[in-house]
Amino acid sequence: MANPHHPTPMLDELENGPWPSFISGIKRLRDDHPDERIQNVTNDLLGQLEHSYETRKGYWKGGTVSVFGYGSGIIPRFSEVSKAFPESREFHTVRVQPPAGNFYTTESLRQLTDSWEKHGSGLITFHGQTGNAMFIGVNSTNTQAFFDEINEYGWDLGGAGPCVRTGMSCVGAARCEQSCTNEQRAHRTLLNRFTDDVHRPSLPYKFKFKVSGCPNDCVNAIERSDFAVIGTWRDDIKIDQAEVKNFVAEYGRDKVHLDVINRCPSKCMTLNEDNTLHIENSNCVRCMHCINVMTKALSPGDDQGVTILVGGKRTLKIGDLMGTVIVPFMKLETEEDYQSMVELAENIIDFWAENGLEHERCGEMIERIGLVNFLEGMGLAADPNMVTHPRQSSYIRLDEYDEAAEDYLRQKMEQKQAAAG
Amino acid sequence: MSQPAMRPPIESGCPDGFQYMHPVMRRNFGMWRYHTHPRPGVLLHVSDTGEGIWTVKAGTQRILDVFTLRKLCDIGDEFADGYVRFTIRSNIEYMVDAEEKVEPLINALEEAGFIVGGTRNSVSMISHTQGWLHCDIPGTDASGVVKAMMDELIDEFRTCNMPNRVHITTSCCQINCGGQGDIAINVQHTKPPKINHDLVANVCERPSVVARCPVAAIRPALVNGKPSLEVDEKKCICCGACYPPCPPMQINDAEHTKFAIWVGGNHSNARGKPTFQKLVASGIPNNPPRWPEATSIVKRILKVYQEDGQDWERINDWIERIGWPAFFEKTGLPFTRYHIENWRGARNTLNASTHIRF
Repeated sequence: MANPHHPTPMLDELENGPWPSFISGIKRLRDDHPDERIQNVTNDLLGQLEHSYETRKGYWKGGTVSVFGYGSGIIPRFSEVSKAFPESREFHTVRVQPPAGNFYTTESLRQLTDSWEKHGSGLITFHGQTGNAMFIGVNSTNTQAFFDEINEYGWDLGGAGPCVRTGMSCVGAARCEQSCTNEQRAHRTLLNRFTDDVHRPSLPYKFKFKVSGCPNDCVNAIERSDFAVIGTWRDDIKIDQAEVKNFVAEYGRDKVHLDVINRCPSKCMTLNEDNTLHIENSNCVRCMHCINVMTKALSPGDDQGVTILVGGKRTLKIGDLMGTVIVPFMKLETEEDYQSMVELAENIIDFWAENGLEHERCGEMIERIGLVNFLEGMGLAADPNMVTHPRQSSYIRLDEYDEAAEDYLRQKMEQKQAAAG
Repeated sequence: MSQPAMRPPIESGCPDGFQYMHPVMRRNFGMWRYHTHPRPGVLLHVSDTGEGIWTVKAGTQRILDVFTLRKLCDIGDEFADGYVRFTIRSNIEYMVDAEEKVEPLINALEEAGFIVGGTRNSVSMISHTQGWLHCDIPGTDASGVVKAMMDELIDEFRTCNMPNRVHITTSCCQINCGGQGDIAINVQHTKPPKINHDLVANVCERPSVVARCPVAAIRPALVNGKPSLEVDEKKCICCGACYPPCPPMQINDAEHTKFAIWVGGNHSNARGKPTFQKLVASGIPNNPPRWPEATSIVKRILKVYQEDGQDWERINDWIERIGWPAFFEKTGLPFTRYHIENWRGARNTLNASTHIRF
């Protein structure tokens, strides 16, 4: 016999309105699911949630739950009001790593659903803010059984706590013409190099990789990841002048000026008298705006690679930080290219593990020690692409300025010679 | 006594995405040429090979029960080709290889109660955090806020009537998961934590808690003869950062935990560089089950943006053009001394010019 239902007058209000209701979904589990365990768990979950709505407080506390061999991947939740709601006393979340781009077949979703129904509450979210598939609501005993089952057919846990976290990537080259890199390979090469650091938290705090195929940055990599890989290109934007003319014919010259030419941040575009487009590519900052507007006429160039920014994060502790350009351009084509990106990530994580304070994100460490010290630790040379503008303050000792200037000029010359072959 | 043998994990990490991709996407990986937007909720991508793929995007309740997920799979099997993906705003996308599959797919989704839309210059699904349903430190229930708000923004999800796309986010506390958004509805605490001194010594690693405070307002203290922590309430910025490592420092409060609304966060490099969101309104009641006060401010901001923004301007682009005084004027939101930055880099946010619109 299923337990009597908790009254939920406030939650019931969330069943009104046209948007799909998560409350109706939880109630379906309570009312229609054949498994009495799920009926009772979701009934008590609704009871506790109603209690939260009435008192405007949360009643979950953390703890320590993991699966054999791992130190992370499970978000433990124990109810503080389990006397009243005993069936959802233990209500942990299992974080599962999705593939880059969050692709699934319906078959794979059904398989996961079947396993989850056997062991868990029947509630799933695609995806949490870090990027995990979230299987919400399982007790401590069933956690291992659920993991064992899905791990056998190819799924692994994501990160939680002070460790390398699950990555995120945009849809990318799989479906988007604006993609300038192979997000699938970049994402998987980075994440799976650090599998040990995903499963066994031993870093100062969390470390996130995100890959966006172009500077539109659809996965918020610059704002929300410690290591942002953003696809870009360094040759000319590709222009199909016939399509430019079609576009002008459809929208008119004025609209093209308003929407495209005038919105170019570096003012590098001209609409010619004959309704073709001229782009001063040496001054293009690869912002993507014109390509977003004229999807048929314009596309990224062919000499593609990535820009890498380090140190983005949300508020805690010193305030929000954007990532900073560390590598302005890097090719990602050969096995060696990918290896050099992985080595950079290794160096950064090692340096941060060594020098970061407890609970200090990589970007906060860079803020504390200064970008220059971080670059020295990485063995990277200063590059004007790393700054908005040079220093404004004269309060600096310049003891080795002459040597630094010589190094810069020598490197420039070497780059030129290398480019000339 | 022998322990039962534990199964060692297979550390397979991140799975290979290609196995889950539509064959058209696998075949044309990296070869896409352009895209068009046939109607709200639908994208067409065309490859150099001439092949096309139609995407139909739909909003869901995000917290999916197995019945709903199976329904989404049934629709995928009957009306699409069995391949789906999820966007970072938790919309589901179906990919099909023929135009004639689009209409029946849309009909099936809408008949089942899902909302087709969220593409291009629409208001997309609000990306949100866990809240009272599952988080250990939440000030509110993001799922409920989002459901109540999307009920009112559903027409803006279904149509493309905004100057550019609008990404809305919510956060259930001041410090954690919610992202930057064109509009962000975030919990803002307004009173220092209430400390249960009987529990601190047993529950909290005191030096870590002291170190966690962004303004060094916490110090170790003996209270009633027990080792505990005390908060300099004049210094305290009520951020709640001490609460996760020390649950006896309760920051959530039925009355004093409020909502604040921020605007102008934009992750894209298109046009300007990426921007952080800025505070525009606070003191909004945390009012379950439908939070009408927060929704009405969001709608007011959206209405002004829709009327005043030019094509392709995101909210931050629009405000940059018209200026912050005009933003407050047009939305009718009050500008107060609390809107003036006093955190790191505050000086860079002040107007050191005579650039003033009259």
